[in-house]
Order: sequence, then C-alpha cells, then structure tokens
Amino acid sequence: MATIKELSTREDRLSGGHRLCAGCGASIAVRQVMLGAGMTPIVAGCATGCLEVSTTIYPYSSWKTPFIHNAFENSAATVSGVESAFKGLQRAGKIPADKKMKFVAFGGDGGTYDIGLQSLSGAMERGHDMVYVCYDNGAYMNTGIQRSSATPLGAWATTAEVGKVGQGKPMRRKDLTSIIAAHNVPYVAQGSISEWKDLTQKAEKAFAVEGPAFLNVFAPCPRGWRIPYNKTVEIASLATKTAFWPLFEVEDGEWKMTTKRVTRENRLPIEEFLKPQGRFAHLFKPGNEALLASVQAEVDRNFDYVLKRCGL
Amino acid sequence: MPTQKTLAVTGNTMVAEAMRQCAPDVMAAYPITPQTTIVEEFAKYVANGRVHTEYVTVESEHSAMSACVGASAAGARVMTATSSQGLALMWEELHIASGMRLPIVMANANRALSAPINIHCDHSDIMGARDAGWIILFAEDAQEAYDNTIISVRIAEHPDVMLPVMSTLDGFITTHSIDRAQIMDDETVKAFVGEYKPENALLDTDNPVSHGNFAGLGGPYFEFKKAQRNAIDRSAAVITAVADEWSKICGRPFGNVEGWGMEDAELAIVAIGSTAGNARHVARELRAQGVRVGVLKVRVFRPFPFADIADALVGCKAVAVLDRAESFGAEGGPLFLEVRSALYDRDERPAMVNYIYGLGGSDVKLELMRQVYSDLSDLADGAQVPGRLVYLGTR
Repeated sequence: MATIKELSTREDRLSGGHRLCAGCGASIAVRQVMLGAGMTPIVAGCATGCLEVSTTIYPYSSWKTPFIHNAFENSAATVSGVESAFKGLQRAGKIPADKKMKFVAFGGDGGTYDIGLQSLSGAMERGHDMVYVCYDNGAYMNTGIQRSSATPLGAWATTAEVGKVGQGKPMRRKDLTSIIAAHNVPYVAQGSISEWKDLTQKAEKAFAVEGPAFLNVFAPCPRGWRIPYNKTVEIASLATKTAFWPLFEVEDGEWKMTTKRVTRENRLPIEEFLKPQGRFAHLFKPGNEALLASVQAEVDRNFDYVLKRCGL
Repeated sequence: MPTQKTLAVTGNTMVAEAMRQCAPDVMAAYPITPQTTIVEEFAKYVANGRVHTEYVTVESEHSAMSACVGASAAGARVMTATSSQGLALMWEELHIASGMRLPIVMANANRALSAPINIHCDHSDIMGARDAGWIILFAEDAQEAYDNTIISVRIAEHPDVMLPVMSTLDGFITTHSIDRAQIMDDETVKAFVGEYKPENALLDTDNPVSHGNFAGLGGPYFEFKKAQRNAIDRSAAVITAVADEWSKICGRPFGNVEGWGMEDAELAIVAIGSTAGNARHVARELRAQGVRVGVLKVRVFRPFPFADIADALVGCKAVAVLDRAESFGAEGGPLFLEVRSALYDRDERPAMVNYIYGLGGSDVKLELMRQVYSDLSDLADGAQVPGRLVYLGTR
C-alpha cells in the first residue's frame, strides 16, 4: 500500500476550481478514490447529480482523465459500455493487447441506492472490470435535500418534513453495501472521507481486482445536513466512531472490519453524531425520546449485523 | 468481385447477418419479442467466434442503450436491437445518444405498445421515437432490412452526420416470415462499411475529453440543438450517396420514397413498411382493369423526404395516407401529418384522407386496400370523404 508520501506524488485527477460547495464531501471522496488507481489510465463516469453538474460546466471540465456523463440512473451501465468497448477494440487489435486501463463510475446515493440500483446490479452481475463508487450523503442534494433510501431514520429532508405529525424520515436506511456484497463480486467495501488511509487502500484494492468492485463512501453534505462547511471531516469521523458507518470490506466473500478501534463497548452514543447536525435537531426536542432511542437501536442493530458477518 | 447468395430467410436473420458483416466492436442488447431472434443469432456468432464483438447482455433496454452510449463515446462501432416496450424504455437514452452525436445503429422490430399488451406489428413504438433525433429507415421486406442495416452504418458514421440510425422492420410480418433475400459476401460488406475512425474517443487516454457536459446556466444547449438539426438535414444527401453506392454494388435500387405506378397515378396510397406490398398487389389488379392507381412507399422517415413526396403526389386527384400508428388527439396519424404538410406549399393539392389501420397486428387484408382505392375513386369524383381520419378494418 502506498504511503502518504507516495500518494502526494500522484496526479490529482479532479482539478480544483470546480463549483461544488465549500466543504463538499463528494470531491474529497473522488480524489481519495482516484489516488488509489495509481498511474493507470482511467475513464471516469458519473451519474447526474451535484458532482456531475459542478465539475463539467461546458466548455470546462474538472476531470483530468477521460470522462462521461450520461444520465441519472445509468452510470454503471454507461461505464460498463466503455469497458466493453475497451475489450471489443482490444480483440479487434485496435488497442494494444498489453494496454491496461481502469474504469470507474461515480454516483450519489440517489443515483445508486434508488434510481440506479438496477443498472448497478446488472453491471456487477455481468462481471465488468470496473469500480463503482457511491458517494453517500444520505439525500438527493442536487435537487434540494429530498429523502433517498440512504437517508437515515429520523433525519429531516424536504420530502420527509418535520411538523405536527411528521418527525423526519420514518423508515430506516437501505443496506446497499450488503446488497452488492450479495452479488459475490471480488471486492466490496465501505469507507469514509474522514479515513483517507483506509479509503485509498480500499480504492487500491478495488482497482487492482479483475472484475467488478464497489465502494460505498461516506461523504457529508454541509448544505443538506445543516452543518458548518468546515465540519465535513469531523462529522464523517463521528459517523465511524458512533458505528453509524462501520468501516469494513468484503474480499472474495470474506467480511473484515478494517478498523479495530470501534467496538460494541467503546462506540460513542449516536447523539454525538446527530447533535451537531441541523437535520436531526428535532430528535432532541421533548416528546421525541422514543424516536431518538429507536435511532440508536437501529445503529446498534446494523453494527451487530456487520460485526457478525465479520465473525466478531 | 461482389458475390451474392439467394436465401430463404427471415428478416431478423438478415438483420443479424448484416450486423455480423458490419462487425460491431460492442453489441449491448436485451431480448424482446419479436426482436429476439436477432440477438439470439448474434449470440451464436459470438459463441462460434465469428465476430470480435464484445456482447453485453444487459438487464434492461435502458441499460442496453446506456451501455451503447458509453461504448460509442469510448470509440467503438456499436449496434443493438429492440422493439416496442423496449424502445419505449430507452426513450430517455434515445435523445442522449443523438444529442451526444453517437453513431449507434439499432434495429427495431416494429410492434404495438401496451396497454392492452400486444406483441404484434404496428408502428406505435417507432413513431413514438420519431422526434428523438435519430435517422429512421423502414424496410418493406427482409431484403430491405438487410440493405438498410448495412447502409445505416455508413450513414451514422459519416463525418457530416454523426447521428444514430434506427433501421426498422415490421414485427412478425418481416421479422419472422420466410422471405427470399440475397446476402452479399462478407468481404464486400466489410470493404463497403470500412473501418470506424472515431473522434474524441474516451479510450484515447493521451487526449482526455469529457462527454455529456452540462450546458445549462446560459450555456450553449440551444446551439447544440441547432447543430443537431443541421446534421440531420445534411444526412439527406449522405443517405442518397451511400445508398447509391450500395445499389451499384448489390444491384437493388434505393429511394427515400419508392413509387409504383406514380408516373400517371390519379389515386395513390402512401404507406410505410410491409403494407406497401399489399397495396401494390391490389394496385396491379386495378391497373389491369385500367384504373390509374399508384403506391408511394416511404423508406426514409427521418429526415422526412418532403420534396420527394410532394413531387410524387402533386399530380394525383386523391391520396390515402395509411398510418399504422395513432397520434391521439392530432388531426391524423404521424405519416398523414407529414405528408399533408409536404403538400402545403404546392399550388396543386390532391384531396387527402387518412386511414389508421393494422394496430396491434390487425390483419391488413387485400380487401381493405381495395376499399381504400374505392374510397379514393369516390373522393376523386367529388364525393364527401367518410371523415378525414378513418379507422380501417375495425370489427
């Protein structure tokens, strides 16, 4: 695995000057993941969303690598087509047989957990040599903070409002990482932008395998989470310390926690993660004690599940 | 020296053979009746190593066209095939493929759209895609399906065009009926279509480009659309040139519109696809009785050959336009609207009537064609039209 010194010499393939918000977790996720590809040429694809609209405003592009945006729900299918073209053209002798390339598709949680799930599932099943990266900020941020199936239980969103009756999203999150692990692809991992070493190592593994790999990357959205723009990394770190976002990988079917620091015993209470975020403010109002307890119970249930899968 | 073999063969087999001969680098497709035998036959070519194609067996038509977009932007020659609900599911991607100026070639087995569900021929699917920015060709029979597929590759990839092309054939009637057709030798087709030399390919990593950028916020979206309009307008001359070149090799004529008896016809039927044959059969009978009838078949629907159609119809007394698709709430079916519009600027305009026929595979019997000519005869004699839009042959 590369040291931070080595990583610092690698080309940053997403240029600065893009128009994402200050403190956006998405661009941090993209840069950390692409560092993991080393010097291998990459074609990157991206679903419609904040990342796409902010990095490709015609005639500019922040991508210092070949890039394609197609639509919202089909980043995986689109990049699977690019990868297939590489194979077909190599077979035709139009691309040298020894040329190596890597293919990566990005999508937000809306474009991945929800509208793009079928496209992603198909691409994973077909065994394309590609990495799919979901930057999970838990809502449709580009259209204005609407709830997705990645939005946490109890979180406020503009389509899961807080009012006299409603108290944010009443449903729990979809466990996408497990769903992709169930495709039995060679490499699946959950990482966070707050754990750069863990994430770049996971990205290195994802790019290194022959066949499909999936990374689910925790990437806070200051605007949507109602947090100051300089708290992105701090909040992401609290997500791992409270076990809201366990860091693990599934390598050829073997589940493994990639940090031993967070255990059932020492994980922080979920309030530590929730309290600094405006989207959870209503959970701390009188009358919502049971809801807050159910959020903790849901985090514990999920963490127990991951620990069990990891044999812990 | 071009050599051709005569086969007893279905339209779908001819399309699959044409695709094999054009040697796509990528084929991404999803099965749907009555397109299935195209993708099945292609799978055999793949399994037998007869093509170098990377065959992507996607999980939906939406992903089929999405993967085609990715592969074409990557720099590959790309083909696919679909029908009906599949084409409808692709709708979003059809516009993206043409907007990104990707020369994808797709066969469509023309079939009705749900509801109610129906698997048989009509043109509801393809007419629903008529404004998607694709060049659209219609085949009357297996032979035309073959020839159209081959010329589609050259048209799509022409530097003056760079647009996707749909080469369509009528579901079951043409896709599945055994027909007589000639297949060209592989080498001649290979030489005719040539090698695709893409510009701005994603796989050219030494020259990185971004595809599918955001052109909002006062960006040049409008200008891109104008460029697309200019490209499809330019494609008319390219279609003629490419089709002429292929005609000289294979010996079969190609016209944007193809007339039978139109030189002196007083009564004419305008039709698309397999129905043109039924109309011609009845026209021959009537000609034998001395009635001056004709048939005008439209082979290129986009770009629509306005001038060719107006020139062909301008001397007629009465014209029937046969639409195998509805445009609910409009003045008539899609073909009728275009044909009427084509004649607007002419001083001499024939009486015109629109027939909606054959929806969901409803049988196009010869007596229906006789009825249309009989109506036209009355119309030419000054009778009132039964209505500008007539449902032909409903029970």
